[in-house]
Amino acid sequence: MFEAQLIAASESELGLTLSTPPRGMFRRAWEVFAENKLALIGLGFIIFILLFCFVGPHLYVTNQTNTDLENYLCRPSASHLLGCDDLGYDELGRLMVGGQTSLEVGLAAALVSVLVGSLYGAISGFAGGIVDSIMMRIVDAGLSLPSLMVIIILSVIFHPTPEVIIFIIAIFYWFGVARLVRGETLALRSREYVQAVKVIGGRPIRSVVRHIVPNAIGTIIVQATFAVADAILTLSVLGFLTLGVAPPATDWGSMLEGGLNYIQGGNYWWLIYPPGVAIILTCIAFNFVGDALRDAFETRLQRR
Amino acid sequence: MALLEITDLRTEIQLKDGVVHAVDGVTLHVDEGETLGVVGESGCGKTMTALTIMQLLPNGGRIAEGSVKLAGRELTGLKPDEMRKIRGDEIGMIFQDPLSSLNPTHTVGQQIAEAVLLHREVSKTEALDRAVEVLDLVGMPRARERITEYPHQFSGGMRQRVMIAMALACEPKLLIADEPTTALDVTIQKQILELIDNLRQRLGMAVIMVTHDLGVIAGRADRVAVMYAGKVVETTDTSALYANPRHPYTEALFHALPERSAETRERLYSIPGAPPDLVNPPAGCRFAPRCRYATDKCRTEPPALAGETTAHQYRCFFPVGAKEATVAGQLTVVEPAPSGDGETVAEQPVGGVVLAARELVKEFPVTRGMMQRKVGTVSAVAGVSFDIRQGETLGLVGESGCGKTTVGRMLVGLEKPTSGAVLFDGKDLARSSGRQYRRERRDIQYMFQDSYASLDPRMRAGSILREPLVVQGIGSRREQHDKVKEMLLKVGLPEAWTERYPHEFSGGQRQRLGFARALLLNPQVIVADEPVSALDVSVQAQVLNMMRDLQHELRLTYLFISHDLSVVRYLSNHIGVMYLGKLVEIGTADEVYLRSAHPYTKGLIESAPTADPATERAKVHEGITGELPSAIHPPSGCRFRTRCPIAQEICSTVEPELKAYGTANHFAACHFALQPPVEALTPPAAEQQVS
Repeated sequence: MFEAQLIAASESELGLTLSTPPRGMFRRAWEVFAENKLALIGLGFIIFILLFCFVGPHLYVTNQTNTDLENYLCRPSASHLLGCDDLGYDELGRLMVGGQTSLEVGLAAALVSVLVGSLYGAISGFAGGIVDSIMMRIVDAGLSLPSLMVIIILSVIFHPTPEVIIFIIAIFYWFGVARLVRGETLALRSREYVQAVKVIGGRPIRSVVRHIVPNAIGTIIVQATFAVADAILTLSVLGFLTLGVAPPATDWGSMLEGGLNYIQGGNYWWLIYPPGVAIILTCIAFNFVGDALRDAFETRLQRR
Repeated sequence: MALLEITDLRTEIQLKDGVVHAVDGVTLHVDEGETLGVVGESGCGKTMTALTIMQLLPNGGRIAEGSVKLAGRELTGLKPDEMRKIRGDEIGMIFQDPLSSLNPTHTVGQQIAEAVLLHREVSKTEALDRAVEVLDLVGMPRARERITEYPHQFSGGMRQRVMIAMALACEPKLLIADEPTTALDVTIQKQILELIDNLRQRLGMAVIMVTHDLGVIAGRADRVAVMYAGKVVETTDTSALYANPRHPYTEALFHALPERSAETRERLYSIPGAPPDLVNPPAGCRFAPRCRYATDKCRTEPPALAGETTAHQYRCFFPVGAKEATVAGQLTVVEPAPSGDGETVAEQPVGGVVLAARELVKEFPVTRGMMQRKVGTVSAVAGVSFDIRQGETLGLVGESGCGKTTVGRMLVGLEKPTSGAVLFDGKDLARSSGRQYRRERRDIQYMFQDSYASLDPRMRAGSILREPLVVQGIGSRREQHDKVKEMLLKVGLPEAWTERYPHEFSGGQRQRLGFARALLLNPQVIVADEPVSALDVSVQAQVLNMMRDLQHELRLTYLFISHDLSVVRYLSNHIGVMYLGKLVEIGTADEVYLRSAHPYTKGLIESAPTADPATERAKVHEGITGELPSAIHPPSGCRFRTRCPIAQEICSTVEPELKAYGTANHFAACHFALQPPVEALTPPAAEQQVS
């Protein structure tokens, strides 16, 4: 008892007491995250692009269903801020609608693949032995397929609605997530605090739910962020190969492809740069955020 | 003449939120051919001083003030190019961890030759010849063959020899050894320390030995500098410092050593609190907040480095120590405080056998390739039997790799024995399963070596402590919270700290937290695996005191596993000595320590350094030679025979059995024991077979 007071007293004398009340894991993670300026800019951009795509069409109303050949490739003007494309669709409005598809597909594909991959990887890593071997050989087989080729074949076979594309992208992305989470689980399984559960008489399920999953969550969130950027890129590739969503719906990759036909004829910059820049900036933003999250979930970097 | 002269050296490290004054006005000198010991707890600036001499500062670090002169030449203003020529040529350095300091992709020969090629105009062949020469010098057997091997093919001790060879390749005038033996076993530590000392004499170089261990420098350093919070607080001859420390910090370091209280079994003196934050160090004496003699003057005014003679200087207004050793009329000393805090913990009554190991065997398969083909077995534990009685402490010692940790893990059920049994209250624990097994787990709890790794970083202290109660379904939520708070107070932590995360505790506090978790299920036996080996000596004393107090209060039984004989001897009633999976000797602490029957035990005791220059200098060529053999192919017969000084023919053919020696319950397994055997008694394993 006396020792406890002594420790507290000497700590306060040495200025070691906590100046702020203890905070939760996400709060402390945010503090580390907020120190990274690039990540804050990235996060700001993601919020901006979400607002731009989903709120924008309500403020800047354009007709994105019917073609309007009178405005065929018109230059940017007061009525069409970024001009029009070869079917007379307003380019700025098109960027918003296309962005909706790109972001929806990107986020959903990332979510599906990370959920499936994490669960699969965690089970494989915790089970170990022969189960782990078989589950991981399946992943190895999946990873050795030339993904782009198979994705192209699948999107030729199936009618490319956004749902189908989400499924197709997720099918190939979860392999990587599974392998990563399995490695993390293997490492966590041998940690002493997981073993400590055994000593106090706890069941294995407790180790998984209370200790392994919360400690792997950082890795999973980081992976999810990168997955969004990757999925947006894959969708753009499909769009660029004219295998994206069917018109009149569009995505950034399809818009880029549409502009490509006019790249040499004249100075139609508004067909190329807006979707191209949107893809690049969105992917960079997600990558910045992912990098900062990796640091944020590293407990050693968090301050007391 | 002084080879190295450091004057008022200040090193600062710029961090995001402040400047760390890592070295703050250090003045030192090292003469040619002498050994200077630099001691202090972790974070006191001793390593940073060494790195400043070498100008190998971390990012953001810079020399703010002061001078470093090597043989009269000023080093602080040198350009990086010029400094590079001095490093490795005129000053050599050995680091703590030889594995991470060697490049795994180059052969050791190339790495040593590189050091020569950088500083000498020689051909590659000549450089390699030099590598062989220095490897020979550091006692590497078959040096010419081994230069083509890679670092991972060497054992820890041999790697450290390679590091020393690299540092010596260009015959430096000064060798800086930063904790050169901390990662090594005592037997290897002794060999390496002897080697450094030997080379110093033969090559006539000066050595700066940086260490936290007062024992390591006791027999080897000519002078010692004690550092605290970036400053030298006391410096003098080794013998004067050990006989008559003047600074209260030095005194406290000595009083915290368990070996000083091994016979009296008094509680150890522990320095309260932790070293100060070097971003905003205290205004007055830096030790004042933790000093038992501190007055208001100490807290406001920094003392200067002074003393009655220039040979013995200290930073203190109220020096401690013996009056008669002072020059009359010049010095008033504070009455020396009693070592320990005067209280002796009464021996508690020892009851019947609670926990027994019976012929425990653990073998790990060695597998190779994709199909996990079994290519051999590691014999980690090979037939170990012992009894632990209610209320006593059994200490288990041995070098790393001797199987002591595996024994502990089998006792708490973290590892399944290949054969043999763990009996708790006479019942075989391995036989029960499911719910019953989990209930029985309560009685034997485990305290992990690395408390940081054993506490979930994402959980608050309160949840960590509550977990055992939740798992076992003990009490309501409210009762659990109350119990957690009560336990925190018991282990000496403020009850409000339930809201903190593990990384917000210091090392010693985390160890208390780990202990509290082990205690929450009201266990009868606690298996503690190296609970203090990662702690500084003053904090180690706090934890040892706590363990001892609570053993008495709660009538606990301990199995205490450690490589440190002095700690084991201080805490244990009985000591078991393990070697390569075998229990070679077991008996009461004093019997084993003072009248060892097994040559290995004797060698271990002699290898462990004591903080007493006279004893250390007296034992010159003792200790154990060689290194622990592989447990995949253990030696036939007696496993110790390959390193035993008295081994004979029979030792390689017949395995010695445990025989009784001396007085009660003292057993050892040796054909040529250092004591005559007694016939009457039978070892615990045999008892079991009879009944």
